[in-house]
Amino acid sequence: MQSSNKGKNYQTILILIAIVYFTFILLIPVVTLIFEAFHKGFQPFLDSLQSVEFQEALKLTLIITAITLPLNTIFGLSAAWIIARNQFRGRALLLSIIDVPFSISPVVAGLMLVLLYGKNSWLGGILASVGIKIIFALPGMVLATMFVTLPFVAREIIPVLEEIGPQEEEAARILGASDWQIFWRVTIPNIRWGLLYGLLLTNARAMGEFGAVSVVSGSILGQTATLPIFVEQTYKNYQTEAAFSAAAILALLGLLTLIGKEFLERRVDN
Amino acid sequence: MGILVENVYKSFGSFQALNNINLEIKDGTIVALLGPSGSGKSTLLRAIAGLDNPDTGKIIINGRDSTHIDVKKRNIGFVFQHYALFKHLTIRQNIAFGLEIRKIAPNIIKEKVNELLELIQLSGLGNRYPSQLSGGQRQRVALARALAVQPGVLLLDEPFGALDTKVRKELRTWLRDLHDRVHVTSVFVTHDQEEAMEVADEIVVMSQGKIEQIGTPADIYDHPATPFVMSFIGEVNVLPSNSPWFKNYPDKLTSDVFIRPHEFDIQTELNGSNTKAQIKRITHLGWEVQIELILPDNLTVFAHVSKEKFTRLNLKTEQFVFIKPLSAQVFNEDETAKKFVGYDFSI
Repeated sequence: MQSSNKGKNYQTILILIAIVYFTFILLIPVVTLIFEAFHKGFQPFLDSLQSVEFQEALKLTLIITAITLPLNTIFGLSAAWIIARNQFRGRALLLSIIDVPFSISPVVAGLMLVLLYGKNSWLGGILASVGIKIIFALPGMVLATMFVTLPFVAREIIPVLEEIGPQEEEAARILGASDWQIFWRVTIPNIRWGLLYGLLLTNARAMGEFGAVSVVSGSILGQTATLPIFVEQTYKNYQTEAAFSAAAILALLGLLTLIGKEFLERRVDN
Repeated sequence: MGILVENVYKSFGSFQALNNINLEIKDGTIVALLGPSGSGKSTLLRAIAGLDNPDTGKIIINGRDSTHIDVKKRNIGFVFQHYALFKHLTIRQNIAFGLEIRKIAPNIIKEKVNELLELIQLSGLGNRYPSQLSGGQRQRVALARALAVQPGVLLLDEPFGALDTKVRKELRTWLRDLHDRVHVTSVFVTHDQEEAMEVADEIVVMSQGKIEQIGTPADIYDHPATPFVMSFIGEVNVLPSNSPWFKNYPDKLTSDVFIRPHEFDIQTELNGSNTKAQIKRITHLGWEVQIELILPDNLTVFAHVSKEKFTRLNLKTEQFVFIKPLSAQVFNEDETAKKFVGYDFSI
């Protein structure tokens, strides 16, 4: 009796800690953001969304995400498959290389791109001479976003692939399926949750990335500012209204992704 | 026709998994690859399937050199130890998989799947998912899936390895019956000698990447070709050649002498030339009783007697009895086997 009571006390304490933690880290900030965005009513919110700078930033963010997501999905799937299904020299090295974006600060990542593709570098010089501009332009921002989101899909799928093992794929092959058929009919259904989660993470990070993109973009409002950069710039310029409205939209986009995932999960389950 | 394996070698790094394998599996038979783990039996099966390619050598399936033919074109049925059913597909969809890949018309697929569901006695469960079936049922589905494409040969990798003893026994008999009806050339891997004996027409005993012996179950048990086969199939006592029982043997014995536990004569009274031995332990094995005996020079042998004889002799632990081998077997240096039956084991 004594020990079970004691256990219950611990349980209550732990739950309380979790609630406090959750409230201060997650709940209050989000509520504050929404409050700040809407506390003068709906109209000011809508007005700030009318500005050209905001709309350009939104467009840019969506374009970057739309390019990054499919490319990194294809890369992540291929890398995961190669790593999980083959034993080869340099496998561990490849795994570590995929993790590099996790361990390097995004700002440093952006800086590396500037050093490589900037006007004064050899590669940037060559590209500039044929009229291709990478830094302070969309290509650089896409590259930076791809860099920071590179590991998400692969990292989610590798453990799933390793856990299910190659046997179902072998069974399909013996039954006459081609690689393509095996991939679509056996592998994808088996890894769908891992893949979905990887997509979600990539999507959220691609829309929200600030550090790396801000280094390579030049942060010119209305031209090379993505939504997070727009938020930062307007906030710094004391345009609090615009900053909070854009931030709310950014949060909303994240929320939409979550809802989308939830919806897909339910549909697949049925 | 059937399967022909010629001079097949396969190594993984420095490990020689298959060492000059030559094997003929006759059309329509069911053959067991039997051996301890690491003997190369699964590697050989995977080589026949095309899942692992041999380093050198040839694999001919139903008259066609298949060594370099891709797995998906070999037209093979394969059953995995852990079923490898497609988890996201129903039983019906699993069985239909190979047929759909072959672009068979849907109404024919449906008919075929119904037929196979009946064959595996799971007609009512077609719309369930693999996770809703028991192990034995799953393995039958795996078999139906493999048979659906009318494979030229059926390969089974430890097909009953993941099942409990009772289900295993049922499925064994069922597989044997099925084979009598379907007649597809079948090869299965097992480390269970009883399973091999019960199901197979012929047994291929393997050890350390080599074939030790090929023969019918009776052949392998009664005329083992090597000491390994003798010890691996059935139980056996291994006695040194200088044991007094063998002193009258005309030729010089160079190797150990092998005696099956049931090939001892046990008496409670001295009868001519028997050896005195003490009973150390008695173990009941069902219809037989195993008796552990200590011989004068501190050798231990195991003898099996029928329950009936055990009761009649009224044997007890620590009791002294008189025993004599009825037959024994030696393997000469050139690995030819010799059985001496009816020889005078007097000492």
